[in-house]
Parts: sequence; structure tokens; C-alpha cells
Amino acid sequence: MQLSYKSCKVAENINLSEDIYKLKVEGDYDIKAGQFFMIKSLNEEPILPRPISVHDFEEGYVSFLYQKKGRGTSIMAKLNVNDEIKLTGPLGNGFDAENIKGKIAVVAGGIGIAPMLYTVKSLKNCDIDLYVGFKDEVYEVDEFKKFVSNIYIATESGKYGYKGYVTDIFSPFEYNAVLCCGPEVMMEKVVKVCRDYATPIFVSMEKHMACGIGACLGCTCETKDGNKRVCKDGPVFYGRDVFINA
Amino acid sequence: MAGMCLLMLKTNICKVEFKNPVIAASGTFGFGEEYSAFYDVGRLGGICTKGLTLNKKEGNKGIRLHETRAGLINSIGLQNPGIDCFIENELPKMKKMNTVIIANLGGGSIEEYAEGVKKLSESEVDMIELNISCPNVKSGGMAFGIKSETAFEVVSKVKGYCKKPLIVKLSPNAENIVDMAVKCCEAGADALSLINTFKAMAIDIYKRKPVFDNIFAGLSGPCIKPIALRMVYEVCKEVNVPVIGIGGIESFKDAIEFIMAGATAVEVGTANFINPMVCLEIIDGIKKFMEDEGIKNIEEIRGIARR
Repeated sequence: MQLSYKSCKVAENINLSEDIYKLKVEGDYDIKAGQFFMIKSLNEEPILPRPISVHDFEEGYVSFLYQKKGRGTSIMAKLNVNDEIKLTGPLGNGFDAENIKGKIAVVAGGIGIAPMLYTVKSLKNCDIDLYVGFKDEVYEVDEFKKFVSNIYIATESGKYGYKGYVTDIFSPFEYNAVLCCGPEVMMEKVVKVCRDYATPIFVSMEKHMACGIGACLGCTCETKDGNKRVCKDGPVFYGRDVFINA
Repeated sequence: MAGMCLLMLKTNICKVEFKNPVIAASGTFGFGEEYSAFYDVGRLGGICTKGLTLNKKEGNKGIRLHETRAGLINSIGLQNPGIDCFIENELPKMKKMNTVIIANLGGGSIEEYAEGVKKLSESEVDMIELNISCPNVKSGGMAFGIKSETAFEVVSKVKGYCKKPLIVKLSPNAENIVDMAVKCCEAGADALSLINTFKAMAIDIYKRKPVFDNIFAGLSGPCIKPIALRMVYEVCKEVNVPVIGIGGIESFKDAIEFIMAGATAVEVGTANFINPMVCLEIIDGIKKFMEDEGIKNIEEIRGIARR
């Protein structure tokens, strides 16, 4: 009996940039970096909750950074302060923050930056660099300044930083470990370059989910050890276990 | 008073005693372990296991879930560890959950079903639910649940080896659900459960192709409830075995509707994903409804809506 499903009050729901929102809710939890919650508004539709990773957690508030994309997140974007939502979690394995040490690179693509703020805050005695790529608009990067040594930005439009992909500016050389979250093609590229340098890499995967707790087997991903549940066995996997051909 | 409440909901199916008529449906509840993190699953009437097959199955590739209006289309493809592994690793844990354990059995051929039933008959499961209705496996599964004659053949064969009460889980894709139900009973089904998912599909208009690798998949959820209820109503009129109602049940009201249509018990599936506590809420809701309506025993309302 360690999982909770309960109502939480919205404390803040702000539009950061185009379709990017930050939702802050009241809640006291024991959360590991890289874990997620299943979030459901009180609307009857859509029927399923949505898996959203923990962006930040402090003093009784959990924050989520999300991109308005489909029916679920569009409903979320309309939430007002004091609205009630249902939260199930925290769920998933998360990053093994206690055993990650030394010089660390965090590599994020777009909304893949979401799980990384609480992650960099949870890493102790690490020297962290952040590499992040966006299409055009840059968001949430300033929040990382206190917790990382260097920030390297790439935008596809060239509006900020390097013009191109984050994978163009990242090299695992000199890092002890790499934590990565973003589109699968981007993560696969990062896993590949990490293999060349024999650098350990952890990736946070995303899949559509129904139960979020490991029962329905709807979110499985193929790994070198057979199918694994992204919700329960993940969402964090050892990069080369998932991107076998990288 | 508490003891009184327990008596009100007690349900028997083929001499197996259920604390209440609410059972977690196959494929939505794993082997019970995940939901034990939320509540004592011993409060449930029973748990149907994830669909088992003789040998381990990795399930389907590609997208497995697609949400629709008031529904969910799934293409899991019976991913499971195989019967031997289930009996060795999962069943001992399930036996400690203090509820009725129903093994859901799928198969690709009559022989495979028969082998599976033999093995499960020697295990400690309380009942077997024969899944002739899964739309997500290429050979077998639902293929046995379309034509009554085919179903008759597989159920007769399996019944010969079955030492547990045998529930046959029907597909709404059957050519004629009532005829299917009657034939399965003639073949020896001790009980029926209906319905499994509807064969359905979705198309990704940007990729210009079906969402699922298998093209077709199974639709469940609140949207199928009215049709499921109609099928249960029709079947209950024609058979004498206990019927377990399944299909889009998400509240005590839905469950009572199925019971009033004649169902002895209900299975709750997709609603577990919407609200992990829903089974308990349904049990408490049924109890409260009975208290409010002055119903002393659930038998009083079973089939009461039938004309």
C-alpha cells in the first residue's frame, strides 16, 4: 500500500512559451528524480489519465512541465488555480541519483527537458553540464543555472545558440555518465556517440500508457532482455539496452 | 451489521464462493500485484489473470494503445509469461491475496487450449476462464469465438480435460451471441462471461495507415456498455448457467444494470485504468444502493429487469 491516488489542488498553471505549460499542484510525496505521475482532470473525457514526469518538487508542491499536444494535455492547459485534479504516483523507477557521480552531461531535446530539473537538483556532488535543443523558442533553461556548470543550447531555427541539433554540439568526451531525454531519434544518436566513448548513458523513455502501474502491458518497449514496461520497469533505461542497434 | 453487509453481497458461481460480485477483468489487472499497491485486493470478489497461453508470448509490436471517445482500443496480443511460469511464480503470490483466482486461458489451436487446461487443472487456480474471444492474436483466440460450431468443438474438447469450473468468455464479434452462448453451454461450459472487446480500428491520417500493426484491435471502455448490456440481457434469457457481465462497467450503477439484466457477477476492466480504486468504489456503491433500496440479498434483484 505505498501508491496513492488522490485529489490535488492546482496552485499554478502557466503558459511558458507557445504550447509549453508549467503546472504546479499541492502535494507531499517522496519522489525520486525521473519519476512521473498519472494526471487526470475531473473531466470525463478523455477517460485515461496522462503520464507526466516530475519537473520539480519542493515544499509541498509538485511541478510538471508539459507540451499541449492532444486531447489530454489540451484539457490540462485549461486548468485554473484551485481546480482539482487526480494524481496517481509517484511512478516508475527514476534515475539512480545516488549512484551517479562525477562529471555528468544532461542532454535534453525539447520537452525532454521536463524531468531534468528535479534530476539535476537531486544529483549530489556532481559537476553537471546541460545540453539542450529546441525547435525555435527556448524555455525553462534559466531554472537550471543554479545547479549546472555550463549550459549549451542549440535551436533548429538558429534563434538562440548553435543553429542545428543538440546532437551536433554534444560529445561524451570527459563525462562519467550521460542522462538523456527527448525524441527517440535524438536519444538513439546520443546513445550511439556514447557507445563510441564507452560512456554510460541513461535514457528516459516515453510511451502512451493506460494504467501507468505495470498491469496493462500497453507501454512496453523492446529491450535486449525482451519487452519491458516503460511505466514500471522504466521510464529510465540503460541506453544500450533499449537502442540495441545504436 | 458488518456481517450482514457481507452476506448481502455474497455470490456463488459453480459452487465457488465470491465475497461480492465484482471481479477484476483479465488483461487489466496483471496478476493482482500492481493494484495491491493501492488497496487490499482481498476485498474483491475475484481476479481474472492476464490472458495466459501454453508458451510465453511477447505480444504485439508497434502501438498497443489508442484512446477514443469514451473508449480504448488495445493491441497487446496476449503478452504473458506462459502457464508454467505463471503457476510457479505468480500463482503462489495470488493465492495469498485471499480472493477467487480465475485463470484466463488463450490459445492458438484446440490442442494448445487442451494442454493449457490440463496444466491449470492441476494447479491451485479456483476457476478457468476460456478466452475464445481475444481479437489481438493472429491465429486462434477470437477465431474460435465467431462461429458457434467452432466454439462448440473447442469447448467440448477442453471440457474433457478440465477439472475446474469452466467459464467461457464470449466475443461480441460472434455471428450470433445467443446461439454462441447456447452452444457453449451444450458443450459443457459451467458459466459464461461476456463480452470481450469489439474488433475495431483507427487510422493515423498523417501517416496514412492504420494505427495498429495488426490493423484491427480490441475496443473496450464505457462506449461499449450499452451493447454489452444488451448481449448479457439476451443471453441470460436463454441459458441456465451463471453469466458474468463484462463491458464498460465503471460505476456501481453500471454493475447493478448488468445484475438486473441477469448477470450473477460482473468483471471490471478498462475502468481500472481510469481510476485505480474503481473496483472498491463499485463494491461499496452496490452495498449502499442495496441498503438505500431495502434490498437484503442481491438475489432479489438479479434478472429483475427482464421482460
